[in-house]
Amino acid sequence: MKEKPKKKKGRSMLQSVQREVYKNWSLYLLVAIPVIYLIVFKYIPMYGVQIAFKRYQPVRGIEGSPWVGLEYFEQFITNHKFWSIIRNTLCISLYSLATFPLSIVLAILLNYIPFRRFQKTVQLISYAPHFISTVVMVSIILQFLDTRNGLINFLITAFGGEAINFMGRKEMFYHIYVWSGVWQGIGYASIIYIAALAGVSPELHEAAIMDGATIMKRVWHIDIPSILPTVMIMFIMQCGSVMSVGYEKVFLMQNDMNLQVSEVIDTYVYKQGLTSSMPKYSYSTAVGLFVSVINVILLVTVNGIAKKASGSSLW
Amino acid sequence: MANAKTKRAIRHTFSDRVFLTVDFIILLLLLIIIAYPLLYIFFASFNAQVTKMGLSLIPEKWSLQGYNAIFEYKYIWSGYWNSIVYTIVGTIINLLVTICCAYPLSRKDFKGRGFVMVLCMITMYFNGGLIPTYLVVKDLGLLNSIWSIVLPGAMSTYNMIVMRTYFDTQIPAELLESAQLDGCGNINFLRSIVLPLSVPILAVVGLFYAVSHWNSYFNAMIYLTDRSQYPLQVILREILITNTLDPTETSTDIIAQQGMEERKNVMKYSLIIVASLPVLILYPFIQRYFVKGIMIGAIKG
Repeated sequence: MKEKPKKKKGRSMLQSVQREVYKNWSLYLLVAIPVIYLIVFKYIPMYGVQIAFKRYQPVRGIEGSPWVGLEYFEQFITNHKFWSIIRNTLCISLYSLATFPLSIVLAILLNYIPFRRFQKTVQLISYAPHFISTVVMVSIILQFLDTRNGLINFLITAFGGEAINFMGRKEMFYHIYVWSGVWQGIGYASIIYIAALAGVSPELHEAAIMDGATIMKRVWHIDIPSILPTVMIMFIMQCGSVMSVGYEKVFLMQNDMNLQVSEVIDTYVYKQGLTSSMPKYSYSTAVGLFVSVINVILLVTVNGIAKKASGSSLW
Repeated sequence: MANAKTKRAIRHTFSDRVFLTVDFIILLLLLIIIAYPLLYIFFASFNAQVTKMGLSLIPEKWSLQGYNAIFEYKYIWSGYWNSIVYTIVGTIINLLVTICCAYPLSRKDFKGRGFVMVLCMITMYFNGGLIPTYLVVKDLGLLNSIWSIVLPGAMSTYNMIVMRTYFDTQIPAELLESAQLDGCGNINFLRSIVLPLSVPILAVVGLFYAVSHWNSYFNAMIYLTDRSQYPLQVILREILITNTLDPTETSTDIIAQQGMEERKNVMKYSLIIVASLPVLILYPFIQRYFVKGIMIGAIKG
C-alpha cells in the first residue's frame, strides 16, 4: 500500500500505471495466459448465452441471428416434459442432499475409534471408490445388478427371493443412483470433516472428560458446534447445485425403461442440443440458462439464510 | 504405552464402551461393504466361470481369458494410448496455466490481483453452459483434435486457489526481497525458487488434474467423432454400458451362446480392472497427497 493516486491529474495516474507495469511486467505477462484462457473458454461462452433469446443460425453467427425474446423459454415451460424433467431433477438432487450428513457421521465415528491401524485402513479403503471413473462406476452397478448374473440377484435368489430386474424398474432408479453415490463418495467427502475435527481444541475435550461427559455428549456439545462452519459451507455449496445433478452418471444409467424418471435437465439439454440431427442450439441454451438462474438464486438465498442463522457464508 | 491404555480404559464409562463398540461395528461393516465389491471385481476378472462365482472371492479356476479377449480389440489399445496422451498433455497445460495464475495472485505487490481474482471466482458460479461452450470450441476449429479435450478445462479455479494459498503461506516474503536485491527478475524467481519449494503442492494439484483427465468421458464424447481418437473411457462406455461391441457371431447353438455370455461377462470385469489400473497402482501413493490437497483447500474455504 503506497501512495494511492487520489485526485491527481490524469497524466500522473497514467504514469503510475506505466511505472507499475514496467516494474512488474513479467507478472502481467504470466497472468495474461490464464486471463486469455478465461476470456476465450469462459467469458465468450457467457456472452454466447444470448442465443437463448435469439433464433441462432450457424451461418449468421451469434450477432446476426434475429432476436426472438423469450420464445424458447416459453417453449420449454409449455413442453409436456417440463414438469417431469423438473421433478426428476429435484428428486435426484434432494435425495442426494439428504445423504449429506452421512459423511459427517463417518468422520465422527472415525475420530473416536481408538485403534490407529484400523482407522487408517478404513480411511484408505473408503477413499478408494472416489477415484473410480463414472463410466466404470456405472458399469459396476450394471454388472452387480444384472438380472441373471449379478451379485445382488445371486444373494436374493440364494435366500429364496425372486430375481429383480433393477435397472428395468423405474421406482428403483433413484435409490440406485443415490446409494451408489454414497458408496463412492462417503469416504472422500469425510476428509474435510476429519480435518475440521482434528482442529477442535483438545482442552475442550479434556475439560469435558473431567466433568464426566460421555462421548455422545462431547460429540453433541463440542464436535458438532466446532465443525458447524465447515458443514455450513459444504451445505451451501451443495444447495447451489441442486438443479445440476451429476448428469454424467445419470446419462450413463439411462435406458428406455427408466427414461421417464431419469431424464434430468442437463441430459435433456445435451440431447436437444447436440445429439439430434437438427440441433436445437438456442432452445437447449435457453433450458440451460433457465437452470443456471435457478441455481444462482438458490445459492444466494441459502447463503443469505446461513449468514443470518449461523454467521458462516461463502462471501 | 500399556499404562496409558489401561488408564484410558478405566476412564471409559459404560455408555462410552457401548458407543465405541457400536462405532467399531459400523466401521467394520462399512469396510466390508466398500472393500468386498472391489475385491469381487478383481477376482472375477481372473475367473474362468464368473456366472458360477456366487459369493466366494477366490476363483475355482483361474484364467486370463477376459484379458485375452480385451487385448484382441484394437480400440482398447488406441483408447489407452489416447488417454495417456490426453492425460499427460492436459496435465502439463493445466499446471502451466494454473501456476501462471496462482503465482501473480499470491504476490501482494501485484496490482491487478483483485480484478483477476474476481474474474476467476465468477467462473466458479456462472458458466455459459454446454451449448455456448461447444459453439466456441467449434468456431475455433478445435473439434476432433486433442485441443478440444485439453484446452476448454485448462484451469480449475478451485485448484488455482489451493495453489495460491500455498504460495501465499509457504513462501516467505523475505525470499522475494533478497532475490530482488540481487537483481533477480520475477520469472527467474518463480522458476528457480518458488517452484522448487512448491513440489508438494504441484504434486497435489497435478494429481487432481491427472485423475480427472483419466476419468473423464463427456468432453471426449461431445467433441470427438473419430473413433481412433477416443480415449479409453469412451471406448469403455461403448463396451460396458451400451454394449456396442458384440463378440458373438449370432450363433443358434445355445451352449456356444452361453460360452459367449460367460466370456463377455469376464471381459467386462477385466476391462474394469485394466481401465482403473493406472489409478489403482498410484492410489496408495497419491491418497495422502489428495488428503493434503483437500486440507489446504479447506484452509481457504
